[in-house]
This record gives sequence, structure tokens and C-alpha cells, in this order.
Amino acid sequence: MARLSTPAAPRTSVTADSGPHPDAPVGPVAVVASHRRRFGEREVLRGIDLSIAPGELVALLGRSGCGKSTLLRGLAGLDDVPREEVRVTGRTAVAFQEPRLLPWQRVQRNVELALLAEGDRRDRARRATAALAEVGLAERCDAWPLHLSGGQAQRVSLARALVVEPELLLLDEPFSALDALTRIEMHQLVIELWRKHRMAILLVTHDVDEALALADRVVVLDQGLISYEWRTELPRTERSPERPEVAAARADILHALGVRPLPPNPDRDPVTGRLPHPTNPTRSNR
Amino acid sequence: MSSSTITEVPAAAGIVDPDLPRGGPPTDPLRVAAPARSRSAGRVGRALLPWLSPLALLVLWQALSSLGVLQESTLASPVTIAGTVRDLVTQGLFGSTLQQNTLVSAQRALLGFAIGAALAIVLALPAGLSAAGALVIDPPMQMLRMLPHLGLIPLFILWMGLGEQPKIALVAFGSVFPLYLNLVAGIRGVDRKIAEAATSMRLSRWQRIRYVVLPGAMPHAMTGLRQSLGVAWLTLIVAEQIAADRGIGKMIMDAREFLMNDVIVVGLVVYMLLGLLTDALVRLVERRVLAWRA
Repeated sequence: MARLSTPAAPRTSVTADSGPHPDAPVGPVAVVASHRRRFGEREVLRGIDLSIAPGELVALLGRSGCGKSTLLRGLAGLDDVPREEVRVTGRTAVAFQEPRLLPWQRVQRNVELALLAEGDRRDRARRATAALAEVGLAERCDAWPLHLSGGQAQRVSLARALVVEPELLLLDEPFSALDALTRIEMHQLVIELWRKHRMAILLVTHDVDEALALADRVVVLDQGLISYEWRTELPRTERSPERPEVAAARADILHALGVRPLPPNPDRDPVTGRLPHPTNPTRSNR
Repeated sequence: MSSSTITEVPAAAGIVDPDLPRGGPPTDPLRVAAPARSRSAGRVGRALLPWLSPLALLVLWQALSSLGVLQESTLASPVTIAGTVRDLVTQGLFGSTLQQNTLVSAQRALLGFAIGAALAIVLALPAGLSAAGALVIDPPMQMLRMLPHLGLIPLFILWMGLGEQPKIALVAFGSVFPLYLNLVAGIRGVDRKIAEAATSMRLSRWQRIRYVVLPGAMPHAMTGLRQSLGVAWLTLIVAEQIAADRGIGKMIMDAREFLMNDVIVVGLVVYMLLGLLTDALVRLVERRVLAWRA
């Protein structure tokens, strides 16, 4: 059931409600081949093969310390990695777990700074305003980052990544510090933006349900190796956890991550399903 | 019981407002702590409040003097001192008025402080930004800062005589270190995560320094600036009293010769006011530079 990954063929990722932008390059936006990373004695990545097609939304799942952030950092160009192991074509942008905004620059300037290398001042300002409008924060342009809520700050961070029009957007657990409701809104926002811009996204997460809900392809990283891969063409609206294939994938992914299912309560009567004693005193009130 | 818990559910859900800023309502989190400030009548009252206890101390001082507990020959009363101020302003003492003396002292302090601060910035930038710079600049700075700079007075007089130079040089020397140390700490303590975000945005080294490192060091720089200013005034007061032909220090030394404790107190009060004034100026600058911290 848990299929070990082979180096993914680049052009096989056409899915139900995604697909590359018509103008996008045909080849993959990123190819990772036999990629190894070692910090001292510890080998964090032990031969990773991964290819990301234009417009593909890939979730990289793993426990803390499995090497998923290391892989992302290599793709983002934040670490020195051999070019033959990690090849990225086109522009990348990163949104981190923390918003990492410059607190001494107003929101608008924070987004403009991502464009510092290109365009004239007016063009940068125009694009930053547009990006902020896209994440629904046009009216917070002049705010200081420290005055934003956690969700707002994370949306500014997303706008800052989007404003450069990346071919590959790298999201490093960007929702994990948000409360549950804000997280749902952020999921919807990311999908909306992705549908509109059609960039490839690599979403690093440790949330299985988030990965299942958002990604075309879920890649499980375990102890420096890809241990499981799952692709789906199901529309995102039809990925309820009750659906057999989603439930099966969820079970497989959890298994690949080493999470064992909870055994049934041995006290429960196997026929009636009742517990031997009423243990919930408020039950009579209902 | 159970029905009340049900009705509470929507309210509880309403609390989880993702757009509620972390510090409080969106406008000004300080307002939450001090809501009375928004009313102007209350604001005036509150502004006067901190002056009450100093005023009470002044009244107590005057009362003790009037009752004869405090001898005029030991410490003049506030009323006497007020008269002395008037005399010093209109007639002066030994040919120079209080304003002239104040101006001379302030010039010395500010010029010395400016030189010291400039030197601190010039030294702290390479020491904070580059490993090589730190290796060259930091060890001698760490040694020199342990040198009690007031002990340098004889040497400075030997080198520069009794004019303005040794005083200004001493003030400059003293005020270099607080700003230097704070600035280096601020530059080195830059938030690595934000610096990394700047790298991921492909900002050049110079752009990272310009937009991340230097603004990030500003809170430290402001602390250093205020500490340096304090050292500058302290140094000036000592230096002026060793050897000076003009200035507040000279006025105090003359007063000592003639047992005029009222003039000495006036000199000290002038030092105090100058210190408060410059500190308030730095705080004003700080409010503007660090507006983002609000």
C-alpha cells in the first residue's frame, strides 16, 4: 500500500482543478536529484528525489526534524547546495512559519522591499499595493507590522512572496502558528491565489489534514527519505475525510509517519457498542 | 445548566477573531492601558501630577530654612537661591553672567559628545558588521573602556594645556564607549530570521545592512546615545572643576573660594537642567525613530 517513491516524472501532474499556466515553461520548476545533506554526524537528507511541475501544489509532510525544512531551504537558495542535486528554474519566493516582516517598515514598504532588485519606485509601489489587495489587506498599507494580528501579518508575508510573481512558492509551515479559524481562511486564500496565478507551490507541513485538503500530491518525508507519495485528482471541495479514498490515504500517510491507530476500547460491548457504566453524568440532561 | 452552555457557544466563537491585533484593538494599544488620556481636561491634570512631589520637597526645604533648622551658611534656602539666580543673570560673578557660563559649558559638552558619538558610530559599524573589523577594533576598545577616563585629566592637561581642548577631548573620550558598545551589540544582535527573510528576497549585502541590520540596531543605538550623553555631562562637570577659566565649573570653583553655597547650588541646578533637557531631546528623537515599536 505505501508506495516508495521513484523519481517523479515531471509532466504527469495534470490534475482535476489545477494545471500549468498556458505560458508556463514545460519542464519542471524544480528538480531534486539524489540530494543529501549532512550536519556533522547526522545525515538529515539521505538521497531525495523530487520533481515539481509548473503549477503543481505539492505538500511535503513530515515530523519535526525529518529534514523537510532543510529541503525547502535548499530549494529557496538559503543554504548552499550542489547545483546538480537541487535545480530550480524560475523565480522562488518563501513564506515562513513566522511572518518575518521588518517591524520598522510599514506594511506597504515591507512588500515593496521584495522588489528592490527590479523596476522603478512607482512600479514597485503599484505592484505592492496590488499584492496587498489580493490578500485582502489594502486598507492596512500604512500600518506597522507590530500592530497586525497574527493572521494579518501572515497575509502580508504571503503578499510579499507573491509580489515577485514566483514560479515556485515555498511555504514553510506558514499556518501552524495560527488559530484554527484563521488557518482555514488562510487555506482558502492560498488556494484562491494559486488558482489565479498558477505558480507551483511546495507546502511544508506536519498537518496531515492540511496536506490532504490542499495538495495535488502529498510527499511524506521520514528520516531523510521520501517514504510515501499520494496523488489525487479529486476536486478540493470533495475531499471530505469520510470519502473512502481520502480516508485510506490518510491512514496510509499516518502509517508512513509512524502513527499507529488508536485501538478500540476493550470495555465497549462489541454488540451494542455501549460502555458498561454510564461514565458521563451530564448525559441525563440532554 | 446545559441550556446556558449552549447559548454561550456563539459568544465564545466570536472571541476567536483572527483580525484582532495581538496587542489589543487596532488603533493604539497604549490607549487601553490609560484610557483617561483621551480626555483633555484629565490630560492636563495628569501632566502636572509628576511635578507635585518635587514641589513638595521644595516647600519642605524652604520651610526647614525658614524655621532655622537648615542654616543659610550650610545650604541657602530656595528663596535666597532664586535671588542669586537673578543676580547671576543680571550682574554675573567675576565678570561673566550665568548665561555666558551656561553657554560655554553646554558648548563643551555638546561638542565633545558629538565628536564622541561620531567616533563611536565610525568604529561600531565595522566592528559590528565584519569579523575582521571586530578583530581589529573590538579588543583595544574593550581595553580602553576599562580605563577610568577621568584619570586621564592630568595627561590631557599635560598634552593640551588648560584651554578648551582637554575638556572637549575628555568628554569625547568618555562618551565614545556607551554608544559604541550598544551599537555593536545591536548590530550583532540582529534578528537572524528577519535577515534570512531578506536573503530569500534576494537583497544584496548592502541592502540587508541598510534595511535590516541598521534599523534593527536602532533601539540599542538610542539606549547608547542616552548613556553617552549622561557620561558626557558627568565628564564635563569633573573636567571643568579641575581647571577652567570660564563656564559653570569655574563659577562653582569661584563660589567655593568665597563660601557662596547658593552659587554652587545654582551651578548644580543648571547642570541638572541641561542634563534633563538633552535627555528629553534624545527621547523625542527616539519616539520618532522607534515609532514602529508602539
